[in-house]
Amino acid sequence: MFALAGWSGFFVMAVELLSGRVLAPSFGNSIYVWGAVITVFMLALAVGYLAGGQISLFSPSLRRLGLLLIAAGLATLPVVFFGNAALDWIFDRVADPRYGSLLASGLLFFVPTAISGAVSPYAVRLLVSSLHGSGKSAGLLYFVSTFGSAAGTILTSFYLVLLFEVNTILLGLMTVSMALGLLAVLRRESAP
Amino acid sequence: MKRGDVRTFLPVALAALLPFAALPARAAELHTERSLYRNIVVVEDDGVRCMKFGRNAGGRQTCQTMNDPDRLVFDYTRMMMGALYLNPDPKRILIIGLGGGTLPRALQKVLPDARIDAVEIDPAVVRVAYKYFGFAPGPRTEIFEEDGRVFAKRMGRQGIKYDLVLLDAFDHEYIPEHMLTREFLLEIKSLLAPKGVLAANTFATSRLYDFESATYYNVFGRFYRLKRGNRVILLREGGLPDRDELGRNADLVEAKVAPLGADKEWLLPLFGVESGWPQHTRILTDQYSPSNLLNGS
Repeated sequence: MFALAGWSGFFVMAVELLSGRVLAPSFGNSIYVWGAVITVFMLALAVGYLAGGQISLFSPSLRRLGLLLIAAGLATLPVVFFGNAALDWIFDRVADPRYGSLLASGLLFFVPTAISGAVSPYAVRLLVSSLHGSGKSAGLLYFVSTFGSAAGTILTSFYLVLLFEVNTILLGLMTVSMALGLLAVLRRESAP
Repeated sequence: MKRGDVRTFLPVALAALLPFAALPARAAELHTERSLYRNIVVVEDDGVRCMKFGRNAGGRQTCQTMNDPDRLVFDYTRMMMGALYLNPDPKRILIIGLGGGTLPRALQKVLPDARIDAVEIDPAVVRVAYKYFGFAPGPRTEIFEEDGRVFAKRMGRQGIKYDLVLLDAFDHEYIPEHMLTREFLLEIKSLLAPKGVLAANTFATSRLYDFESATYYNVFGRFYRLKRGNRVILLREGGLPDRDELGRNADLVEAKVAPLGADKEWLLPLFGVESGWPQHTRILTDQYSPSNLLNGS
């Protein structure tokens, strides 16, 4: 469970950093491009938290949590395969790079990030066994997930970009997400 | 690029000659500003005014001799003028990276009929160029405040062609990584008219050097490089001119370019064809562009 939440945090921040790279050729590296990226990621996480809380009301299980990770991985695939086509299409239609980059990051990154956002509240539901311990469980989960985010940020920006192509890193992240998700799906329900 | 000897020696010498004159002990700081992208500092010392980025000790971006403002202070700006030896009469020019306006100012002077587009991402740098470096766009010069790559891409879509493109978007420590990739250079190549020339100001030392050479070679083939502090890359669409043609073009522009400080006796011997990077050097692309990490190591 903690591995899933930690990885989900890692995944979101690694993808966020790379999204700046994906957008730069079309919309530049200006401050507003980062503004657009961060706005979209924050909005997506907000929606994801809300949705994750809601779906945790209906027969929550580790299996379904695993499905969330698989879905987030799959939802990132279009960035690799249709990213450039989508960016060109937007570049030709939206002259202002602020709204161009906002639209592009929304189109490419909103869905996978929102799904990733749903992971944490869903995992909290699975962890909490009593009202008394709920704050502790939530705190531990925030710790693991945000720690994962920090690791995803530093590893990607310091090292991974020096070794691999952007698409290779994205595909690698997706592979790990789907593998972890699959592991959770196949694992027996009783495991924490 | 460093003129530390002159800067430290002159004030001392003058102070010795004029013991009673009140001389400023340090460079006067005329302006400091925190812009969207960086700290901008304008200092003046000994009649030389400079724009610096970063902390006060940071690299000098533009310098101007106040009593001879057209004179090119830095070696790299003089080497950029070598572009005219590849094509002595460009009609339409693109400059990416304005700084204090040194390059457009010089080109307006040398080629008053040329149409110049200058692109600068930082509006504060444009303001400082006007206010502190006396930059005044001529009637055929236009300034665009936006990201250089976005501008180049848009001009490419519109089918605009340039006879000369000058790339001067890197400062002393930061490289906009999306402007040092194969894809970006292909976009620039598509902007070049037949016999159009590209002049690029690049770093001369660091691990990045070979990566940069390999990337330029991959897109354009052979290129000239002039190295003096920085490395300036000069190349021409459709093949490099030989030495004879360089010499003939140098003669054509000498009367106009030499007064700026870039005479052919200094400039011509600096021309060399770049070679010697390892054969399998990785090419920088939009997918792989850790330029700042490579430059730092």
